[in-house]
Amino acid sequence: MNLTDEQVERYSRHIILEQIGAAGQEKLLAAKVLIVGAGGLGSPAALYLAAAGVGTLGIADADAVDLSNLQRQVIHHTADVGTAKVASAGARIRSINPDVRVREHPVRVQASNARDILRDYDFVIDGTDSFASKFLLNDAAWFTRKPLSHAGILRFEGQLMTILPGKSACYRCLFREPPPQGAVPSCSQAGVLGVLAGVIGCLQATEAIKHLLGIGQLLTDALLTYDALTMRFRKVPFRRNLECPLCGENPTVTELAGAPEQACDLSKGCNCAC
Amino acid sequence: MKITINGDATEVSDGLTVAGLLVERKVKMPEMVSVEVNGEILKREDFSATTINDGDAVEFLYFMGGGA
Ligand SMILES: [Zn+2]
Repeated sequence: MNLTDEQVERYSRHIILEQIGAAGQEKLLAAKVLIVGAGGLGSPAALYLAAAGVGTLGIADADAVDLSNLQRQVIHHTADVGTAKVASAGARIRSINPDVRVREHPVRVQASNARDILRDYDFVIDGTDSFASKFLLNDAAWFTRKPLSHAGILRFEGQLMTILPGKSACYRCLFREPPPQGAVPSCSQAGVLGVLAGVIGCLQATEAIKHLLGIGQLLTDALLTYDALTMRFRKVPFRRNLECPLCGENPTVTELAGAPEQACDLSKGCNCAC
Repeated sequence: MKITINGDATEVSDGLTVAGLLVERKVKMPEMVSVEVNGEILKREDFSATTINDGDAVEFLYFMGGGA
């Protein structure tokens, strides 16, 4: 692939970086990243990856834009309320950067479709909002050997980790299985600082770009936690767990399973225990 | 004894188990926490059998399921 004059100008601040250069920018343009969930985490990740010139962005989300999303889901605008999130996000991405091909997956990623959806991508960003989906993506990334940026947010705190299946610790190495349903409050119940989603989603996009370029050190074998109130970041190292039910020596999770719980959403009459 | 919890030096009762520490630290939902002691993730079943020692580095890592 040869960069056009317009691309050389558009990506000049990347190209001038020694670690990226024209060759790195061409890598980004050839890369395919899947963002699961066009919400609080997925919005900033998608915006920056689009601006960065990641050539193919897959957006998977089955929901429509709701007014209560706009406090943090910055890829969607007021006029988009009621529109499918994949369409709204897709339009914004194309408007930011026509170099990007958008693949819209207007579905909830679940056991039956996860492998097919992940198969064609180079990197996966978890921007989902339920434990069922987070465990499912971790497992699907393992079975398809796709690098994954996992993240979770709540109130004023967030956490993330990067997973290179087979090479670094996975989400289940740390949290073996989903918590009892309803034990954990969701964002709609407990609240979330809008800008927190931006901070964590941008960190996920950073990991994607580093992986695609093969630069720096990825956030593997560690959980990065962020507390917005104290402005404290902590990187807590941990090792791949030989007793991990997924990637350990005697796995008990040997296939994708589990119906996804509905993301808790009070506006639609939440009846979960949270 | 003195241990660190999530990076902060903290005074706790002597001879505590991990389960006891969760109680003493008033962790409301222990089922929501993974515990790492000196870099090792503990199995939940081992919380009551694992004793905390002076100088240990303990991490409480909370489930965080939000994202939208
Ligand atoms: Zn694992």
